[in-house]
Amino acid sequence: MTTASLPRLLLGLDDHPISQLDEHLDVHGPLPSLRKRDRQQLIALIEDAGLRGHGGASFPAARKMRAVTSRRGPSIVVANGCEGEPASMKDGTLLREVPHLVLDGAAVAARAVGARAAIVALPDHDDRTAHALQAAVRDRQRAGIRDDPSFEVARLEPHYLAGQESALVSALGGGPGKPSFTPPRPFERGVRGRPTLVQNVETLAHVALIARHGADWFRQLGTPSDPGSTLVTVSGAVASPGVFEIEHGMWLSELLDSVGLDDRLAAVLVGGYFGTWLTASEVPRVRLASESLSAYGATLGAGVVVALGAGACPVAESTRIAEFFAAQSAGQCGPCVNGLHAVAQTVQQLAAGTADRTARSDLDRWTSQLPRRGACQHPDGAVRFIRSSLRAFEAEFRDHARRGPCERCSSPPVLPTPARRRR
Amino acid sequence: MQLRVNPISCVGHGLCAELLPEWIELDDWGYPILNGTDLPPDLLQHARRAANSCPTLALLLDSEGG
Repeated sequence: MTTASLPRLLLGLDDHPISQLDEHLDVHGPLPSLRKRDRQQLIALIEDAGLRGHGGASFPAARKMRAVTSRRGPSIVVANGCEGEPASMKDGTLLREVPHLVLDGAAVAARAVGARAAIVALPDHDDRTAHALQAAVRDRQRAGIRDDPSFEVARLEPHYLAGQESALVSALGGGPGKPSFTPPRPFERGVRGRPTLVQNVETLAHVALIARHGADWFRQLGTPSDPGSTLVTVSGAVASPGVFEIEHGMWLSELLDSVGLDDRLAAVLVGGYFGTWLTASEVPRVRLASESLSAYGATLGAGVVVALGAGACPVAESTRIAEFFAAQSAGQCGPCVNGLHAVAQTVQQLAAGTADRTARSDLDRWTSQLPRRGACQHPDGAVRFIRSSLRAFEAEFRDHARRGPCERCSSPPVLPTPARRRR
Repeated sequence: MQLRVNPISCVGHGLCAELLPEWIELDDWGYPILNGTDLPPDLLQHARRAANSCPTLALLLDSEGG
């Protein structure tokens, strides 16, 4: 058994991506033959490792696989690299830097659920990643890897909900790429009508390593609830932003120290835009694992960590994200369309100092009524962020409501909000 | 038995809240908010009628929560 050390996923990367199959095999060794592996044994291995999904929802990976194997007929694997989170870069990085690790993981997952085909889905604007991946697929075909499923690379229109499972299934079937009302869920009836395993590309890269080194090796790092390592995308008021691999359970302050703060810290957004703000006074007590984060209502989500410096206005940042949420609604469900629009408008009025006296009670009512009332969890995630913002920046919101915009409101945006393309 | 709304089909007619006010209220825009727990037996008949009356068939009566 290899020793517990980092990096795992990013092993062997220094100045260039590991795009050649030979080089990949030099770094990680060959994938053990899958043909002789029993499907249920493979799933049990993932379960013993305690691997959770790295796309945002942290769902146990083995349970998803088992759901697919409970269905009849040929299934299909989708490696989800859509990465709709504007502040996340880890999935694209992984696909570009270590494409074979993701493809290995997809091959293991395909074997586990009995799929002959695997589709890697990524945003269509990302030529560099698509080319890296297509080259890796050709490389494997030339090498004639017997255990590989037939790989396809699908390039999809990017938007915040592109990676939502039912939206992804819809887009891969040539549909509008919007969430659908479930059931049927993708594991019941997904791409091409087949039982479909949708798994984030980082999750699959971990699967590739678990298949090589075992569950005990995987658990040598991390915490009981969150074993192993994880990729995080760190941005905001830091000297060296980027994608890093850390051990689950690392102190948040240690991570921030390692990238260097370049402003006095006001708060940290953890998880993604569906995530939670931790105030500067909370940060020293937080470890990046669910055991610690749950006390603050937070999760590591897609691994997004954004440091907000004292020079930025948290009210202006929250307002922009509230507007982003309203704009990114798929526009299908009444509560989401109306609720997120009203929330964004009212937050904007609070920020501008033009809100009426019912604004706070309106926001409380709407944000408590919205969860679980859409076809997908967009409204749930959006109100979670809004409630977290109102809590973490209560004094700043009160100040804006009374006096209007502050000097920092015109500071450059910290949280990116890509313009929505016409759909 | 539980009631569920297909939020994509629902356009907020609000008929369900009229027929089953014990279990369904409307939000500020007229979209239903359901009590998500198991229906008591004495409401089953009314719930069935509400589901059948929905103009877009968005109200569903499920044996399990889905």
